[in-house]
Amino acid sequence: MVLVILSSLMMTLDHRQNHLEGIRSTLSLLIYPLQYVINLPIAATQWLDDSLSSRESLQEENARLKRQNTLFKARLQTLQSLKAENQRLRELLQSSKKVSERVLIAELLSVDLEPFTRQIVINKGSRDEAYLGQPLVDAEGVMGQIVHLGLFSSTAMLITDANHAIPVQVNRNGLRAIAMGTGAPDKLDIPYLPISADIVEGDLLTTSGLGGRFPAGYPVAMVTEVVKDPTLPYAVVSAMPTARLEQAREVLLLWPTTQQKDAPSDTAGESAATAPPS
Amino acid sequence: MTHIARHHGGATLLLTFIGALMLQMLPLPEWAQPLRPDWVALVLIYWCIALPDRVGVGIGWLAGLMLDVAHGALLGQNALALAVVAYLAIRLHQRIRVFPLWQQAVSALLLVTLHLMLVLWLKGATGQSAETWAYWLPALTSMLLWPPTFLILRGLRRAYRVR
Repeated sequence: MVLVILSSLMMTLDHRQNHLEGIRSTLSLLIYPLQYVINLPIAATQWLDDSLSSRESLQEENARLKRQNTLFKARLQTLQSLKAENQRLRELLQSSKKVSERVLIAELLSVDLEPFTRQIVINKGSRDEAYLGQPLVDAEGVMGQIVHLGLFSSTAMLITDANHAIPVQVNRNGLRAIAMGTGAPDKLDIPYLPISADIVEGDLLTTSGLGGRFPAGYPVAMVTEVVKDPTLPYAVVSAMPTARLEQAREVLLLWPTTQQKDAPSDTAGESAATAPPS
Repeated sequence: MTHIARHHGGATLLLTFIGALMLQMLPLPEWAQPLRPDWVALVLIYWCIALPDRVGVGIGWLAGLMLDVAHGALLGQNALALAVVAYLAIRLHQRIRVFPLWQQAVSALLLVTLHLMLVLWLKGATGQSAETWAYWLPALTSMLLWPPTFLILRGLRRAYRVR
């Protein structure tokens, strides 16, 4: 009796130093089949939905995607030349080269985690070379980072979790700040900005790359509210994440090439490696 | 978890816990999430009352550990809380057993509240508390769902002669 309580207390304490990640990932192997089974009906309905959609709607979607693709390609052309120019200028300045990232598409498992935390389960784990602290993005912005790694699946903390903070900068003027999660699904707090800070509603916050965990330049949030009350020591700034945190079905795992220690290829190209659906 | 010959129906026991874990992870719409009853605790309480010599603190602790992993919670917080719940359920099993169903439901309410409170303390101690009243709603829904849970589990226990 006492032994059990003692051991669990020890675990609680020990966990703060992250020594138990091994035990957790072993146990998560037992949990994964359950998660998989729970996810099955939802995946099945989606599959059914896909296979039963009518010809017209498919054609419509196809046409829309083609238009979008042409548009993106056109934009990409300028991007390529801009990238090359940027690279040349950086070489001239002898500053560090901007790295490009390797990405992998992961799917969310429809599993509910602890209430009042903002976490998700994805179907990629250490088998797919995911690592602890790996950044997750979707098409619109940064989503979060991996906090627990399993073999086949892992748990990621969203940027809106009350325990999460991410270094950001204002895209307009490079003002650095920290965006902290609040636990609410669509709100981030930006604390510790002085009243005089140059930040207004509608400013885009991007990752600053400080801290080395998130690569720089990804959109994080849009400033929604700035209250500059002279009686308060700091400005009260809140922002809304640009990523669709609550609706996303698929997320992108990022491998910033600077942290690519054990990845097999060191060709720092635009290798958008899409994993085979598992 | 010893499999002595006179014990019977271990698989059923295991499956009820697995079922509870799955119900705990089942995706619910955002509004319903705070209402999710504490399934693992309910199942644990039932087995502690029904088979106190078989299911006890150890199994409660293990179930809690799995719950921690499934929830991505701090490893050990549910384990500790459920071990305490199992201990109390076993201490009180002779009384709770003879209660009418609604009084049992109230006992379940108290035990689940204890579980939630212990978890809240542990969370508070590690600096990740959620201070909304909605946190306590699972205790109420657990109480409301105790009678059906009890009847289903008793049916299972008799059908598969879990001893």
